[in-house]
Amino acid sequence: MSISLQGTIGRGEFERTLNFSVADGEVLAITGPNGSGKSTIIHTIAGLVPLRSGQLQSDNITWDAPDSKQWVTPENRTCAVVFQDLRLFPHMNVMSNVAYGLRARGIQKDEAIERSQKMLKRVGLSSFESRRPTDLSGGERQRVALARGLVLEPRVLLLDEPLSAVDTASRAALRELLPEVLSGFAGATILVTHDLGDVEALATANLSLNQPINHQNPAGSS
Amino acid sequence: MNQQISPSLKIVAAVAALFVALPLLSIFVRVPWSDLGDMLSQKSTRDALLISLQTSIIAAVISGIFGVPLAWLLARSESRGLSALRVVCITPMVLPPVVGGIALLTAFGRRGILGQYLYDWFNVSLPFTRTAVVMAQVFVAMPFLVLAVEATFRQSDRGLEEAARTMGASPSRVFFTIALPAARPAIIAGLALAWARSLGEFGASITFAGSFPGRTQTLPMAVYELVSIDYRLSLVLSLVLIFISVGVLAAMRDRWMTGR
Repeated sequence: MSISLQGTIGRGEFERTLNFSVADGEVLAITGPNGSGKSTIIHTIAGLVPLRSGQLQSDNITWDAPDSKQWVTPENRTCAVVFQDLRLFPHMNVMSNVAYGLRARGIQKDEAIERSQKMLKRVGLSSFESRRPTDLSGGERQRVALARGLVLEPRVLLLDEPLSAVDTASRAALRELLPEVLSGFAGATILVTHDLGDVEALATANLSLNQPINHQNPAGSS
Repeated sequence: MNQQISPSLKIVAAVAALFVALPLLSIFVRVPWSDLGDMLSQKSTRDALLISLQTSIIAAVISGIFGVPLAWLLARSESRGLSALRVVCITPMVLPPVVGGIALLTAFGRRGILGQYLYDWFNVSLPFTRTAVVMAQVFVAMPFLVLAVEATFRQSDRGLEEAARTMGASPSRVFFTIALPAARPAIIAGLALAWARSLGEFGASITFAGSFPGRTQTLPMAVYELVSIDYRLSLVLSLVLIFISVGVLAAMRDRWMTGR
């Protein structure tokens, strides 16, 4: 299994027990109302929020298991996040945004640029390399965020509401682009959304967090 | 903004403004403009000016190199005792500078807590040297930079730092590539503030470094000593300091003077 989580996630007062796994090539959609913990799942897998208990594994490597004090820092997890609020670096141009992770992971500048160029081409932003994020439309920014994650060739791709910050026109274009990009992606994908249309169009499985926000919910299903 | 302001308040406000403006204007009125060139080219004047510029620039740079990481620690560390550390670090801002000078002597003087070892082991004596001038300036000026930069680090977008972490950046890479660029305006403002404060430093430096012309005597020290000896020259040096201060204010006007 490419990624599996069995345990309790939590942030502040909120807590929820989950049990799911996603294999390579699968796209697990996580749906549910605001506050049901969708983003917390993404942040827990990425290592930005620690598990309360249980364990999180990827390719049989334990990323987080508080009981046995195992912990892999965010920068050493082979996952990529497309955040709901994108979080593009405003002081860098599109190319630097996309190449940032490659450089951080020790890849030489020339190769990083070459790989970033290819990825920008795949998401249809070839001529945007030297633009700043602030000069882009919502849909373009979204595609930069996607390219920035995919270029790292992660084992796990975490998409947090990838179509929420986008106007209706770009939404249609992105919904066409996403399956195309995802079909070329070998790892596991987790897609957080509250839009059932996204689930239809993109997901191979669905985890629904419909229960009200309570402490110690029963485990979800995959 | 056509709000009515009562005449009596206007008068009080005018008194306040005049109280600040009049002494500054008086210097302009009394400065011996005809002899200005001669006085500025005197060796003692040039020495004091050069020492002031040299020490204050070095002090500002040192404040930046050490103060920015300190600001980052204060803004981001979650360890206990941090608020105590913050209080200690900014105390020099409210401390009478002469007390700061005494404190430096007690720590780094020849018989100081650390200074005795520096002297015994390495034959290094810090007080009454130009290094001591810089140390006194850093002591007094660094807190201004730390406070300015820490406030910016606190407000900066942690989401960007988290995103960088998930992309493979180590905490130190995040600091240098994400946090520092975002804080650049505040760091520049902090450097200017620290530099201006260093340039005006008097109490701590004269206590810890003394006022030796050509060695440790800075412009403010020269102004102070000249008041009773050569009042006209002290006016000229004051004018120089006013110009530099106003220059800093002008350079920082976007940051400080956007009252509307």
